[in-house]
Amino acid sequence: MTALLELHAVEARYGPLQALRGITLEVPEGSIVAVLGANGAGKTTTLRAVSGMVKRDGEITFAGKPLRGGPEAAARAGIAHVPEGRGTLTELSVIENLRLGAYTRRGRSVRADIERMADYFPWIPERGDQTAGTLSGGEQQMLALARALMSRPRLLMLDEPSVGLAPLIVREIFSIISTLNEQEGLTVLVVEQDVRIALEVAATAYVLEVGTVALSGTSAELRGDEAVRRSYLGY
Amino acid sequence: MAAFFQQVVSGLASGSIYGALALSIVLIHRATGVINFAQGEMATFSTYIAWTLVTHHGFSYWPAFVVALVVSFLGGVGIHEAVIRPVERGPRIRVVIVTIGLLLVLNGLVTWIWSGEVRAVQSPFPARTIDVGGVAISWQDIGTIAVCLLSVLVLGAFFRCTKTGLAMRAAATNPAEARLVGVRVSRMLAVGWGLAAALGAVAGMLTAPSVFLSPNMMLTVLIYAFAAAVLGGIDSPVGAVVGGLLLGVGLNLLGTYVDFVGSDLGLPAALLVILVVLLVRPAGLFGKPRVRKV
Ligand SMILES: Nc1ncnc2c1ncn2[C@@H]1O[C@H](COP(=O)(O)OP(=O)(O)OP(=O)(O)O)[C@@H](O)[C@H]1O
Ligand SMILES: [Mg+2]
Repeated sequence: MTALLELHAVEARYGPLQALRGITLEVPEGSIVAVLGANGAGKTTTLRAVSGMVKRDGEITFAGKPLRGGPEAAARAGIAHVPEGRGTLTELSVIENLRLGAYTRRGRSVRADIERMADYFPWIPERGDQTAGTLSGGEQQMLALARALMSRPRLLMLDEPSVGLAPLIVREIFSIISTLNEQEGLTVLVVEQDVRIALEVAATAYVLEVGTVALSGTSAELRGDEAVRRSYLGY
Repeated sequence: MAAFFQQVVSGLASGSIYGALALSIVLIHRATGVINFAQGEMATFSTYIAWTLVTHHGFSYWPAFVVALVVSFLGGVGIHEAVIRPVERGPRIRVVIVTIGLLLVLNGLVTWIWSGEVRAVQSPFPARTIDVGGVAISWQDIGTIAVCLLSVLVLGAFFRCTKTGLAMRAAATNPAEARLVGVRVSRMLAVGWGLAAALGAVAGMLTAPSVFLSPNMMLTVLIYAFAAAVLGGIDSPVGAVVGGLLLGVGLNLLGTYVDFVGSDLGLPAALLVILVVLLVRPAGLFGKPRVRKV
């Protein structure tokens, strides 16, 4: 498998604080990769570095080309980033969020894709005209995911999709992600606190600690790792 | 009774102008969070362009109108790129100061190019009236209402139904998320300035026949437009238009039926409206009261 996304010695800082101290990781085409780690380890910043929301140093290669510029450029290259804390367009309606998700795409299949989203999220059609900001937290999280999928991304980046969701919904969201991955070959980079479920769906995972990669391997390897078990899985 | 309806219609006519200018103010406020104090002078500038085309270059009215709209759009984009964009990310007060500076510069520029002389402007509508159930309504009023409302509706449809319109709303209200879906936010804001300038130009060109063309012709209209925008809700496009119409009709009736108001106390009445709205319902008639996030 060739790598769709590659980070080599990526650094990022917020003012004086260096949040990333040389992250190197690889997301193979068609795979699901998880990024784990304690609070403040730099998981969110890693995704932000990829989509250009923070200034970064080092090399980021996407589909064989160096990735440059801000979030608009990343979106146009085919990266859909669902940021930490939802990232819906709160003032627009549900349908408008979905239409806007397809902003970088040409062509007429937008309506068909909105219907496809309704298959995954059956509540969407009846709430189409509701302002996104008035949806419940979980619904907004699902809408953010649907909005990201509307762009038909080559790479989907999710920042803690489970936050604030009922366990059942979390299962559902991750099963949707697996389905998309298996059936459509969607490549996914997911940051997740729920390590158990992340390791279930991901093929490989990286554990970050204070801005560096402390550990990486296949999900099976990490599940078997003493330290990971003790710090993240609790058994 | 006929006199009453006549006053209502002419109030709607001036109100639709206030509404159009108010809407252009609201568009920019939504996008940048500031009031564009230069909106009136931009409209004046556009009106002079149309006037020059008609009197010096042999254009008839409507082609000149359209050319002035296009030039205004480009001018609005240019103003955003040249002087607003550099200060857009800083504290808002800097943008406010730039728009005040722009007001002074444009006013000076108009006087310098066209002199401060007051000029009569021909109206595109016939000077006759038509009789609707005993009420004599002037074509001027009907035409003004029609052109303003048409512009507003076209703009509304653009924002609702087109991809670019949607992206512009997203860029104005959730810029960070808009960038994540690939919207070039700064470009959208520039287009917003262009559209606001064009809409202001409509207001200016429709104002000119009734108040004469002069460098300060939009001064009072701008204050009425502020009042309309505040009344309707400074972030509500629908509110701006409704606020304009309410204000136009209200002021006209007040001036006709309340003796001491006459035509001189219109401005103080508008300021009173601003004050009362800000005290009683700061979000305006159509604005959503802002929920404070903790
Ligand atoms: N906008 C910001 N300004 C300043 N410092 C920041 C900012 N965002 C993050 N940081 C700092 O950068 C470091 C990495 O933060 P990051 O958000 O990437 O962590 P994380 O791994 O996503 O944590 P969490 O699991 O809590 O979401 C932290 O020390 C954090 O305090
Ligand atoms: Mg985080």
